[in-house]
Amino acid sequence: MSPLWFGRILVFLAALLPPCLWLYQAQAGELGPDPGKAILVRLGEGAWILLLLTLSLTPLQRLTPWRLWGRIRRQLGLWSFTYASLHLLAYVLFILGLAWERLPTELAKHPYILVGAMAWLLLTPLALTSNTFSMARLGKYWKFLHRLIYPVVGLVLLHMLWIVRSDWGTWFIYAGIAVTLLSLRLPGVLSRLSRF
Amino acid sequence: MLIKTPPRSVCKDSDVTPEAIYRSRRQWMAATGVLLAGSSIPDWLWAAPGSPYKDTPPAPAPDWFAQKLKNTRWQAHTAENDKITPFQAATQHNNFYEFGTAKTDPARHAAGLPTADWKVQVDGEVAHPGHYALEDLFTPFTLEERIYRLRCVEAWSMVIPWLGFPLGNLLKRVEPTSKARYVRFETLVDAAHMPGVRSNFARIDWPYVEGLRLDEAMHPLTLLAVGMYGRILPNQNGAPLRLVVPWKYGFKSIKSIVRISLVAEQPQTTWQNMAPQEYGFYANVNPQVDHPRWSQAQERRLPSGLFSSNIRPTLMFNGYEDEVAGLYAGMDLRRFY
Repeated sequence: MSPLWFGRILVFLAALLPPCLWLYQAQAGELGPDPGKAILVRLGEGAWILLLLTLSLTPLQRLTPWRLWGRIRRQLGLWSFTYASLHLLAYVLFILGLAWERLPTELAKHPYILVGAMAWLLLTPLALTSNTFSMARLGKYWKFLHRLIYPVVGLVLLHMLWIVRSDWGTWFIYAGIAVTLLSLRLPGVLSRLSRF
Repeated sequence: MLIKTPPRSVCKDSDVTPEAIYRSRRQWMAATGVLLAGSSIPDWLWAAPGSPYKDTPPAPAPDWFAQKLKNTRWQAHTAENDKITPFQAATQHNNFYEFGTAKTDPARHAAGLPTADWKVQVDGEVAHPGHYALEDLFTPFTLEERIYRLRCVEAWSMVIPWLGFPLGNLLKRVEPTSKARYVRFETLVDAAHMPGVRSNFARIDWPYVEGLRLDEAMHPLTLLAVGMYGRILPNQNGAPLRLVVPWKYGFKSIKSIVRISLVAEQPQTTWQNMAPQEYGFYANVNPQVDHPRWSQAQERRLPSGLFSSNIRPTLMFNGYEDEVAGLYAGMDLRRFY
């Protein structure tokens, strides 16, 4: 098997495993008395970490000799979208309890949910156009469209900041990583770094 | 003819506690001789007090607690048709930010907190201020079991059998002066044993402070708890002394109390200080007044399964409306949330 396919299968299994494990743990009572909320939080955090990993591949490609980073990028991005979609599903099932009539009030009164939903809506066209056919059809617009990932990062950070009740520690770490990954994309930064 | 109409939050004798728990208590009482011997139980039976509740590990109790436990008024207050939350759930899912912000942090970090020889400072507008040993606060009182619903502001809820004493009795004993209009409570700050207090990113200005209006504090439902599930309080649940105000969101029920002050002005409470637009002084459970983070119209009664989620509508004043609505007559509860 080529190293690329080995890597791809590894990524696939590594990303598939956590949600299965959480589901098992929830059924076994290992996620505590509020498993729905626990799974919701884990899926949200997982989607965010996968998003950061996706964003780290382009800089890695430039900074390291291994040239295949970029070729697992699509899969990681799709996994981030999958986790985000499951996060949304967990909200609807476990928190809203399928009480759809409450949804407008929920969105209006809890802006962090609206911001999270917007981030998911922006991710959706990216997931839908991630295939080679769309890349060919969209041509130069594809790259332009997929820059939507940057506003998504901002929206997710806002979504997470709004949820913090009293301790900003973790949020600062996440924001720091995101800012670093985005600033590596500023013109000239990477080429200067890769000289070391 | 005397017709007694109990408030809606009290249940009929027939539909109280889940049968399994009730039975296990019966067996326990029979086993320890309560039914046979009344209060004249030999002391050795109490050496390691067990719990009348299923799956509740025994805890070593201080002597004064073991003595009080003998004459406890069991089920002095019960929760209507509500199943009691298993001990495991009630002790593994806590908000006690002194020990960390995750729900599992208190269970993980609180065990080492020393709670022996606990002192409570009573001060302010009282005739008998002082530093009281915990047991001395309650010398004349009978321990009561109160089964209350607990509604967290984060939209989850539990049903807990507390053991404690009405706060009003204690306040009468220390005699508030005519100037006293509010009661202010303070939690212990012990950085050596409380990792949350050591966090550099925590926005909370320790100590944790809560408060009640004097009439709320004197209300017969308001409890100072020293135990739960027939035993002393686990540290993560606020040992050795905590407040329980069942018609208010859980954060009002301050844990590990070291100071009780009678004051003339409304105290500045911790959450109100941090985010006044989110947390009011009153914090009464109210499904009509939404919180910017969590919808208050419904709640998850824990333990909740993934595909048997226990979502139910939230009741006004957490179901204690008949008893406490009078305290707020004429008040705009949207303004005084």
